[in-house]
Amino acid sequence: MSHQATTAEPGEIRAIIEAERHREGPLLPILHALQSRFGHIPEAALPLIADALRLTKAEVHGVVSFYHDFREAPAGRLTLKLCRAEACQATGANALAASVLDRFGLDWHGTTPDGAVTVEPVYCLGLCACGPAAMVGERLIGRADAARIDAALAEAGA
Amino acid sequence: MTEGKTAPMNIYLSCDSAAKSLGAEQVAKAITQEAEARGLSVDLIRTGSRGMVWLEPLVEIDRGAGRIAHGPVTPDMVPALLDGSAETLGPVDTIPFFARQTRLTFARCGITDPLSLTDYEAHGGLTGLRRALAMTAEQIVEEVRTSGLRGRGGAGFPTGIKWDTVRQAEADRKYIVCNADEGDSGTFADRMLMEGDPFTLIEGMAIAGLGTGATKGFVYIRSEYPDAIATMERAIRLAREAGWLGLDILGSGRTFDMEVRVGAGAYVCGEETSLLNSLEGKRGVVRAKPPLPALEGAFGRPTVVNNVISLATVPVIFEKGAQHYADFGLGRSLGTIPLQIAGNVKHGGLFETAFGMPLGDIVNDLGGGTASGRPVKAVQVGGPLGAYFAPHQFDTPFGYEEFDGAGGLIGHAGLVVFDDTADMRGMARFAMEFCAVESCGKCTPCRIGAVRGVETIDRIAAGDTGAVEILTDLCETMKDGSLCALGGFTPYPVMSALRLFPEEFGMKEAAE
Ligand SMILES: Cc1cc2nc3c(=O)[nH]c(=O)nc-3n(C[C@H](O)[C@H](O)[C@H](O)COP(=O)(O)O)c2cc1C
Ligand code: SF4
Ligand code: FES
Repeated sequence: MSHQATTAEPGEIRAIIEAERHREGPLLPILHALQSRFGHIPEAALPLIADALRLTKAEVHGVVSFYHDFREAPAGRLTLKLCRAEACQATGANALAASVLDRFGLDWHGTTPDGAVTVEPVYCLGLCACGPAAMVGERLIGRADAARIDAALAEAGA
Repeated sequence: MTEGKTAPMNIYLSCDSAAKSLGAEQVAKAITQEAEARGLSVDLIRTGSRGMVWLEPLVEIDRGAGRIAHGPVTPDMVPALLDGSAETLGPVDTIPFFARQTRLTFARCGITDPLSLTDYEAHGGLTGLRRALAMTAEQIVEEVRTSGLRGRGGAGFPTGIKWDTVRQAEADRKYIVCNADEGDSGTFADRMLMEGDPFTLIEGMAIAGLGTGATKGFVYIRSEYPDAIATMERAIRLAREAGWLGLDILGSGRTFDMEVRVGAGAYVCGEETSLLNSLEGKRGVVRAKPPLPALEGAFGRPTVVNNVISLATVPVIFEKGAQHYADFGLGRSLGTIPLQIAGNVKHGGLFETAFGMPLGDIVNDLGGGTASGRPVKAVQVGGPLGAYFAPHQFDTPFGYEEFDGAGGLIGHAGLVVFDDTADMRGMARFAMEFCAVESCGKCTPCRIGAVRGVETIDRIAAGDTGAVEILTDLCETMKDGSLCALGGFTPYPVMSALRLFPEEFGMKEAAE
């Protein structure tokens, strides 16, 4: 999830919409495709989607805003997700999160001033037997600690 | 030690994301490089996981006398592994945690290459589907009913009865929707199955299609599972190319096809009607029932919504017979259940066994107690909406009715172990906070109540013991006035924490 924030051209947005439109219930696939291309859902996409799916712009916005995954503005170049759920709390996730956030000087959902890293909470990554769990970009880290997270961030170029 | 540069050696290493998160890819790379440097002929086969997560990355080496286990392996151990001089855990299927299991649903997981069609068939795959193709829809549903299979997503509804409702509904189109949203903390059985034996789920969904007259399936997978998504997508493509799916499944003239849909980070979308809204491209708000999804589900059509494990258990029921499956278990909880042992536990992982094992045996015998070596304080069973259990309740047998009777639920069979340093008031606060973050917003007791719950627990933390009564009333309101189990069951962890550890809420004795 290390997307460059690219300016979204209407032509490209339309092409992405067209590629998913044939599906039954195409809206989530369209939004995922847009986010994977642009790193967020560009404002300019809302009327185009609304038009293609015969919805109102407000309806499309309602869907975008319902789901935690869809961003209305780009994230940092790299997203660090830290699991906050119970099994990871049982193995020290709260202390780990506090130390990571403190070191970056961030709150949850915050991005470092240089735009390198966004820290997001996540509620379970399915690594509950080897917590605390973290995810750097697309890479999963079990039994995470500050050193292993730093190593993964460095390797991903943050 | 086997001499000779050409002696063939099969090495098995899991590609499950838990193994990857613990360094399996680095181990794989080291094995390939070292073998190449030595001119050894090595076949590195990536499998699913055996479920022994504390031993991952687990490397199994077969030099002709069976698969010998090593783990957890780090890249620097690879030279000794290839020499044959590394310490071993013995044959992998004699490791007690593995040997003691009854693996029906997970029979192939960890053994085969998840994306090999040949492996799948060689290990019993498609036997069930072939048998189902020779049966009528009514007979198929009857077989599922006889097996006693109940929904593994949490509610425990009899699968055969659900299928029969869909079978009897008249419609131009019907759907099978697999709920792979697995949002509960402490659970990973769906993920492990989809990454380790995806064809089983495909086969189960195809049988569900034959039994109900549905021709289209969706697997709704949470976005937090990128590996499972990729594996399922590849498996569906392979199955379609092989004629296991499509217009003419296995040359029978019958039709069933399916696709993957990806969630978008909303816990509530695991609730079946919210999931259906999400699938249709709407906000994942919970729908009032009736209408039942079985009659008016996806796109308004009759729809089976079943958990991954429910559907992935169907092939083995048809392969070995419904009675074989029903002979396992206890009371009305028949068959096997993949226990997921998680949190602060020494031997964390997935253990498939017949229903009925006492909670304490799971935590202490299988799990080996806490990883920290400290005493067990509490175990949360059944995810974020499940109750906490303390050691004095450890004789509770693992079954739907048994856990209900003990004031809890088994949910998706996740168990999260906490040691004596756990802050139970903090865990109760977290349960309320989670409910507030994930509420779909449809009903007030959940949407507002959860926020109030956090505030009330903060007041208790600040020394206001009078607020305990407010918390109790609030839980009562949430339980009675919520449309779905997110608001309705959040009181389980909160009230069980309060009941078991009143002193952490500033109370002297039990607050009943
Ligand atoms: C808030 C909430 C979350 C749920 N999450 C899941 C889930 O992630 N996976 C699942 O299979 N069932 C989940 N369920 C249960 C489903 O609503 C439904 O009962 C289940 O998918 C039916 O399949 P089954 O009969 O095979 O268990 C959830 C229910 C609620 C209320
Ligand atoms: S209980 Fe909560 S999540 Fe469930 S329907 Fe009501 S508001 Fe939505
Ligand atoms: S609770 Fe953290 S990975 Fe499951």
